[in-house]
Amino acid sequence: MLAAVSSLALLGAALGLLLGAASRWLRVEGNPIVDELTDMMPGSNCGQCGFPGCGKAAEAIIDGTAPPTCCPPGGKPLAAAIAAKLGLTLDLTTVADEGPKVAVVAEELCIGCCRCSKVCPTDAIIGAAKQIHNVMRDACTGCSNCIEKCPTDALAMRPTPITLQHWVMPKPALHYRGMPCA
Amino acid sequence: MRLTRLLKPFSGRDWGIHPDDHKRPAADAPLRVMPLPARLYLPVQQHLGGAARPTVVVGQKVRKGERIADAQGMVSAPIHAPTSGTVVAVTDITAPHPSGLSLPAIVIEADGDDVWGTLSPCPRPFELAPQTISERVYAAGIVGMGGAAFPAAVKLDGAARARVDTLVINGGECEPYLSCDDRQMRDFADEVVEGIRLMLRATGATSALVGIEDNKPEAIAAMRTAAAGHDCVRIRPVPARYPMGSEKQLVQVLTGVEVPAEGLPADIGVVVHNVGTARAVRAAVVEGKPLVSRLVTLNGNCMNAPGNVEVRLGTLAEDVIAFAGGLKGDGLGLARRVLGGPMMGLQVPHWRVPVVKGTSGILALDADEAAARQSHPCIRCGRCVQACPMGLLPLEMSARIRNDALTDAVDLGLKDCIACGCCAYVCPSRIPLVQYFVHAKGELSRQDRNRLRNEATKRLAQQRTDRLAREAREKAEAAARRRAEREAKAAAKTDTATAGESA
Repeated sequence: MLAAVSSLALLGAALGLLLGAASRWLRVEGNPIVDELTDMMPGSNCGQCGFPGCGKAAEAIIDGTAPPTCCPPGGKPLAAAIAAKLGLTLDLTTVADEGPKVAVVAEELCIGCCRCSKVCPTDAIIGAAKQIHNVMRDACTGCSNCIEKCPTDALAMRPTPITLQHWVMPKPALHYRGMPCA
Repeated sequence: MRLTRLLKPFSGRDWGIHPDDHKRPAADAPLRVMPLPARLYLPVQQHLGGAARPTVVVGQKVRKGERIADAQGMVSAPIHAPTSGTVVAVTDITAPHPSGLSLPAIVIEADGDDVWGTLSPCPRPFELAPQTISERVYAAGIVGMGGAAFPAAVKLDGAARARVDTLVINGGECEPYLSCDDRQMRDFADEVVEGIRLMLRATGATSALVGIEDNKPEAIAAMRTAAAGHDCVRIRPVPARYPMGSEKQLVQVLTGVEVPAEGLPADIGVVVHNVGTARAVRAAVVEGKPLVSRLVTLNGNCMNAPGNVEVRLGTLAEDVIAFAGGLKGDGLGLARRVLGGPMMGLQVPHWRVPVVKGTSGILALDADEAAARQSHPCIRCGRCVQACPMGLLPLEMSARIRNDALTDAVDLGLKDCIACGCCAYVCPSRIPLVQYFVHAKGELSRQDRNRLRNEATKRLAQQRTDRLAREAREKAEAAARRRAEREAKAAAKTDTATAGESA
C-alpha cells in the first residue's frame, strides 16, 4: 500500500517538475509586436473587424491579411498609430472616421428586451427585463454591436457630446497673406 | 538710462513685458455695489476640480448663504445661494468660457428680502485650531479669487501638510485693465490683513509677504497702515511688470528662490494666495459668511463708466454692464468681450454669461484694443525667448506644435508654460504663439484621458469575460446539482420500490 502510494506520488511530482521545466525552456515565443499592437487597440473585443478579438486582429494586421484601418472604434488616430508602428504608408483619406460616437437609447421606443445589453463588450448598457435601458456614456466604446440587436430601433449611434472638460482649444489656423500654411 | 540698459544683461534676465496698463481711471472710481438682480444663474462648476452636485430642487425656497450644491471629490467647492429666493430651474446655460459650450446651473429668482440664513460667527477667530479654520474656508466655498479658482481650503491643507514657512499674498494684479484687487486693498485693507493672519494660522507659516506692484501706491499705503503692528505681515512693493502676479514669478521676486520646473511653490516652502481670497477667508471665519459676491472690474474702451463693482455671484454680465452705465453707442464699436484680464482672460460669445467665483473683470474691447492681426512667418528674432518669464523657447515649441510633434514640445518645456501670452504680445510677426501652447496642453490632456479610457475599456472587457465564465460555471454546477438530486430521488424511489417488493 505504502509503496504504491509513494511511487505514484513520486511519479506525479517528477512528471510535474518535468512539465514545468519544459513549459519554461521550450516555450514558443509569441510575436512581441502582436502584444504591442493589442495594447494600442481599444481592447473591447467587439468583433467589428471580423476577427474574434483585438489580439487576433493585431495578428492579422501584422500578417498583412488585414489593413491597419480595420478597426472602426479606433478610427483614424489608431490607423495612423499602427501604420507608424509598422512602417506602412497609409492613405487616411479613405478611412471613414466620423469622430468618436456613443450609443444612445430612445427611451420612448425601448421595450426592455435586454438583447442589447447581452452583446455589449464592456457591459455599458444597464437595465433589466421590461425596464428602459440606458447606455453609460463613459463605458461605451462606440462599437455599435447593440444597434442591430434592437428590435424597435431604439438604439442609435450619436457623436460623443463635447463637454467643458473635453473641449480643447483649436489649433490656430495660420494664413500668411491669404496663403494657407500648414 | 543708457547705462542701465547696458548693465541689464548682468542684472538678471529681463523677463516679461510692460504693456500700457489702462488701470486708471477705473481703479480710482469709487467702488459701487450692484443691487440685487431679478435672477441669478449659478453654474455648478465655478472652480478647478470636480463639479458641485446640486442639493436643491425646483420650487425650493432658499435663504441667502444657504448651501445649494455640495462639493464632490477631493478638489471641489460647495456653492451657496447669493440671496434669498426660489429655485426656478436647474438647467444648462452658456458657460463663461471661450468654447461657448453650456453647463448646468442653478437658477434662483430673488424674492427681494435678501435675508441671511443662520450664520455661525466666531468672535475670537485667532483661538481656532488651524484645521478648524480651513474647514470653515472649505464650507464657505472659497476658491482662489485671482482667476484660477483653485479651492482655497485644499491649498491651505496642502500647505499645512508641506510645512511651508512663508505665505506669499498676491496683490500684484499685473494684468492690464484690472483693478479689483487694488480696490480691495484700498477699501478693505484691515479685512485683508486679518484674513492674511488667519491664513498664517491655518497654514502654520511664520511670515506673510504681500507683493504689490509699485503702480498701486494708494494700495501699498493702505496696506502698510493696516499691517502696522503685525510684524508677521510684511508689505513688499514689487516692480510693475507683466506677469508679476503669476505665482512662480512673484515667489521668485519676493523670496529669491525659484520654483522648480513642473513643481509647486510648496516644494520650496511657500504657498501663494490672492488678496481677494484673504478677505473672503476673513468673512468666512469671523462672520461665518460663505462666498456669495465678489469685486469685478468693468473696463475697456467700449465701457461707458469704467470702475469696480461688487457683484453677486451668478449675476449675468449683461445685467452688470447695464447697472454700471452700459456700453458706448450701445456696443456698436464692440470687438471683443472678455471675462478676466486682456492677457489671460476668457473671450465669451455674448454677455448672457454669469459672473462666477473666478471672474475678475468684464472687459468690452474695441477693435484697436482687440488687435486681431494677420500673422506672418517667423523671422527668428528671439523676442519671445527674451519675454518668456519661464525661460522657454516659444518659437521652437510653436514650430513643433504646428507639425503635431507634441512630445518634442514637451521636451522643450511645454508643461512649464503658464500661458501668460507675453510671447504673442511681443511677436513682431503677430504669430499667435500662446494659442499654440494652450491648444497643445489641451491636446496632451486629451491624449491622457484617452489612454485612461482605453485602460478602463480593457478592464471592463476583461471583467465581462470573467463574469461570463463565472456564469457559465455556475450554470453548469447548478445543472450538475439538479441532475444529482434527480438521480438521488430516482435511486431512493427504486430503493423504496425494491424494499416494498422484498417486503
